[in-house]
Amino acid sequence: MNAEDAMSFAGTWWLLLLVAGFAVVLVYALWPKNKKKFDEAARIPLEDDDDGGQSVEVDELSGAETTGHEWDGLKELNNPLPKWWLWTFYVTVIWSLAYFMLYPAWPWFGGATKGLLGWSSRQEVTQELASLRAEQKTYWDNLSQIGLEEIRSNPELLQFAMASGGAAFGDNCAPCHGSGAAGAKGYPNLNDDDWLWGGSLDEIHQSILVGIRSVHDDTRDNEMPAFGRDEILDQTQILNVAGYSRSLSGLETPSADLSAGKELYAEQCVACHGEDGKGNTELGSPDLTNNLWLYGGDLPDVIETLTISRKGVMPAWDGRLDPPVIKALAVYVHSLGGGV
Amino acid sequence: MDQAKYLRFGEGLTAIALGLGLLLMIVIAANAQDGVMEFHAYLMAAAAFAGVAAIINRYLSRAESNETASPTNYNLGVVKLATFFTVFWGLAGFIAGEVLALQLAYPALNFDIPWISFGRLRPVHTSAVIFAFGGNALLATSLYVVQRTSHARIAGDIAPWFVVWGYNLFIVLAATGYMLGVTQSKEYAEPEWYVDLWLTIVWVTYLLVYLATLAKRREPHIYVANWFFLAFIITVAMLHVVNNLAVPVSIYSTKSYIVWGGVQDALTQWWYAHNAVGFFLTAGFLGIMYYFVPKRADRPIYSYRLSVIHFWSLVFLYIWAGPHHLFYTALPDWAQTLGMTFSVMLWMPSWGGMINGLMTLSGAWDKLRTDPVLRMMVVSIAFYGMSTFEGPLLSVKAVNSLSHYTDWTIGHVHSGALGWVAFISFGAVYCLVPWLWQKKELYSLKLVNWHFWIATLGIVLYITAMWVSGILQGLMWRAYDTLGFLEYSFIESVEAMHPFYVIRAIGGALFLIGNLIMIYNLWRTVRGGEAMESRAAVLQQQPAE
Amino acid sequence: MAWWNQESLEKNSILLLIGILIVVAIGGLFELVPLFMMKSTIERVQGMRPYTPLELAGRNIYVREGCYNCHSQMIRTLRAEIERYGHYSLAAESMYDHPFQWGSKRTGPDLARLGNKYSDEWHRDHMIDPRAVVPASIMPGYPWLAANELNYEYIGEDLWANQMVGVPYSDEMITLAKSDLQTQTNPDAEDIAAFEQRYPKVAIRDFDGDPGRITEMDALIAYMQMLGTLIDFKLYDEKANLR
Repeated sequence: MNAEDAMSFAGTWWLLLLVAGFAVVLVYALWPKNKKKFDEAARIPLEDDDDGGQSVEVDELSGAETTGHEWDGLKELNNPLPKWWLWTFYVTVIWSLAYFMLYPAWPWFGGATKGLLGWSSRQEVTQELASLRAEQKTYWDNLSQIGLEEIRSNPELLQFAMASGGAAFGDNCAPCHGSGAAGAKGYPNLNDDDWLWGGSLDEIHQSILVGIRSVHDDTRDNEMPAFGRDEILDQTQILNVAGYSRSLSGLETPSADLSAGKELYAEQCVACHGEDGKGNTELGSPDLTNNLWLYGGDLPDVIETLTISRKGVMPAWDGRLDPPVIKALAVYVHSLGGGV
Repeated sequence: MDQAKYLRFGEGLTAIALGLGLLLMIVIAANAQDGVMEFHAYLMAAAAFAGVAAIINRYLSRAESNETASPTNYNLGVVKLATFFTVFWGLAGFIAGEVLALQLAYPALNFDIPWISFGRLRPVHTSAVIFAFGGNALLATSLYVVQRTSHARIAGDIAPWFVVWGYNLFIVLAATGYMLGVTQSKEYAEPEWYVDLWLTIVWVTYLLVYLATLAKRREPHIYVANWFFLAFIITVAMLHVVNNLAVPVSIYSTKSYIVWGGVQDALTQWWYAHNAVGFFLTAGFLGIMYYFVPKRADRPIYSYRLSVIHFWSLVFLYIWAGPHHLFYTALPDWAQTLGMTFSVMLWMPSWGGMINGLMTLSGAWDKLRTDPVLRMMVVSIAFYGMSTFEGPLLSVKAVNSLSHYTDWTIGHVHSGALGWVAFISFGAVYCLVPWLWQKKELYSLKLVNWHFWIATLGIVLYITAMWVSGILQGLMWRAYDTLGFLEYSFIESVEAMHPFYVIRAIGGALFLIGNLIMIYNLWRTVRGGEAMESRAAVLQQQPAE
Repeated sequence: MAWWNQESLEKNSILLLIGILIVVAIGGLFELVPLFMMKSTIERVQGMRPYTPLELAGRNIYVREGCYNCHSQMIRTLRAEIERYGHYSLAAESMYDHPFQWGSKRTGPDLARLGNKYSDEWHRDHMIDPRAVVPASIMPGYPWLAANELNYEYIGEDLWANQMVGVPYSDEMITLAKSDLQTQTNPDAEDIAAFEQRYPKVAIRDFDGDPGRITEMDALIAYMQMLGTLIDFKLYDEKANLR
């Protein structure tokens, strides 16, 4: 037997000795023959005064003795400890001793007592998660291996993916995209057909995985010039382009010179937004013809977009969420009504 | 010897110390690194100046009136002052609480104003009700009880006044600090390093005054209430010093960094904070109970033996319970086990106080019908029993896995804070005010009745709302759908809370209304009312020294 | 039941005081002291580093505003929690937190792994008016953070005080605290490489959308964006740290 064995023995079995010791004390204290000795001890405070306990009174209403002391008119009776109270106390102690034996409890040299069950909260939860995964193994394996389109066409797998995606959406995506996925200014609406980076299952999946302008190495990224801040266009020019852009969605901008705007558009905007203004999902440049504006379609908003550019960030979920969950999310988001 | 014409030693010493303090504060103000340090330094300088002025004024008026001997009757002036502060801060704390409750239901009530935003206002509320209201209640009652049970005037001349005024200066520094952004963000230990230092000075003085008064006692046995007060004073000192050990960034800065970090700070914090509950709010207020209940009921304490056993088991076991605030966290499993088991073992020792308090009524139960003050105190003991059952229940890991971080904890806190601490304090104040201002009785027992019923209704609304919302939160956070995925997002649980936050605010409002009734009643008592001549004679009687 | 000892304690206030002090000290000794002495208390991990000066300033704002009153930073070893927030929190992850901010209430969600979960812009919008991005939120607004310039005149002293309480800031880090703080908001700064060496895995950018000023919002967002990101859990050895 080496030191480690001795420590481990001491750590676990000494608790058993403690319980045994407690039981012995309890039996000794309650053994009928010893009752007299303890009753006498209980009377000591009553008899310690110089008057040998003569100031002890008897309370009329209860018949119990007082301790013989008085403070500002206050006195104490010498009633015994209520039995139910004492026994409940003992039960809680015994329960605790049992708990000490079974679970990690007492700090000891070189660690803490591990308990007979060898339990650890971290191990328990890790095992719980693992066994859960094991139970759902087929689903998770399928989600990992099967392509997104196939998942969508398999009703059982689809149901599983929707549940997983929906749960993940609530606590990860909803704070930006809204609980109903309708978005807000600067945070895309996932319910419509307007997709900056493409609305197919694969494209949605990629956006979720690597994010947009995120810290991920493979993040999606683009750069719209800040025409005003970087002094590429002046204020009038910006107004005109803004007016023309809005006109592509059928919005009127009386103060703008649309033909001048059209010329500027051909020079500055076509490369990304396309001649027809329909945008380019490979570049992440918006469709300007559908009157859906991520940062607002009012004139001041469009002017601001042109002036300082927009660099919205979507976080990357690769690494934060498991790969099958990201696939499930792609399926879920795609199903929200706008998936292509 | 005729001392009237001379400044007393205590007065002189205090005046010099305050003077030096004044100079130090001015230096600090001049070099302060942040606006709050400058403000607080000037505040402390002003307080020091006021203190010196008060001492000089005291000396001068004494010299004029040619008093000869030092007074030998009970010092009730400090008790009156502390009683006043109890009521004052109680109102402030309850109003702060009500504002917080309304902010949770209607966040627009934060008004985008930093000083009253929820995060800054919450510690104002907790410090106001625990330390300002509760602390002054303990000062008032302990200084009263130690004198009466020792049959001796409080020790010290300036010292008792220094304790009460100094303590309330601590409160002002703490509360203004929080609102201005000076906080350690350690729960119930938010005051920064310099405020903690000040409290330590006041507290040590308190302990010395208390012990010196006890030393003068007539009856050699110390009364049980004083064991509890003593345990409260010394343990709080130990907890406060250890938990607040910090390195200030500079003597001219409000900012400091706690010596402890991470998990070690977590356990130190909850070793402290749970025992702030255990010794400040439990042991201290049991001291109050052990005097005022038998006094009002005119019955002896039920069992001396129970006092002894439950006192020692309580002060021993309570300390270990801290880890029950940290179940399933990064605190090691062994510590969590100790926290749970000792919290469960604590159940009966806590109930010892309940039994002793309730059973003291035996032979006087009929008084509950006719005396609403006694009724309030007895109901407080019932709430105490309920809370000290709920506590061990919440300390069982399985239960805690549901309740931790939820409103259930808040419900538990308030059943103890409103039901036990506040009610026993109100009872004590209702007893004290007529005695201190030498009135025959309270202005109106009927108003006490109203207070009792309205406040009790408020408490019941509060805690039931929090039980429901807390359990709902806990269940929603761990709810799974049939396929095994999380059913609810976090924000959905927030939405579900709203109606309960409204009910809780209503409960709090009722409690506040009850408090206003009390203030009115006390005001009328002090301002009017028949003088209690025979009582006054008793109070003025010279205690044997 | 030692009645006779109770008797002498009851008749002598100093003995009673000492008796109480001894009794109340026991629990603390058994629970607190081993926590410092046992090596297994802090897990063996890779990646932990002290807060950068800007992150520390941001943390101080978190402390100042009392954020812990509503938010926890501690993911428990419970299944639902791990599924909602990520890997359970390790003691090592808060080892440099003086004081700890594990929190005790979730009026709002847990923030232990908030880093890089949402964009800087979202944080800015959210802090200024939470209901603009999360309509059902009951969180107060903090618009003053965007308005207030960060006061970091004495940030070096903050690092020094942390060093005093055991956080491994080097003397160089303390000396360079102010300039490091400025560097972190300026991707064009000169000594980026040296800064990154002092603080691995640091995010260097303008955080509050206002590149010309260093505001309290910059600091707070910088702090929030690194929460829970330092440890790579793919490399973490679960079995060695079960405790």
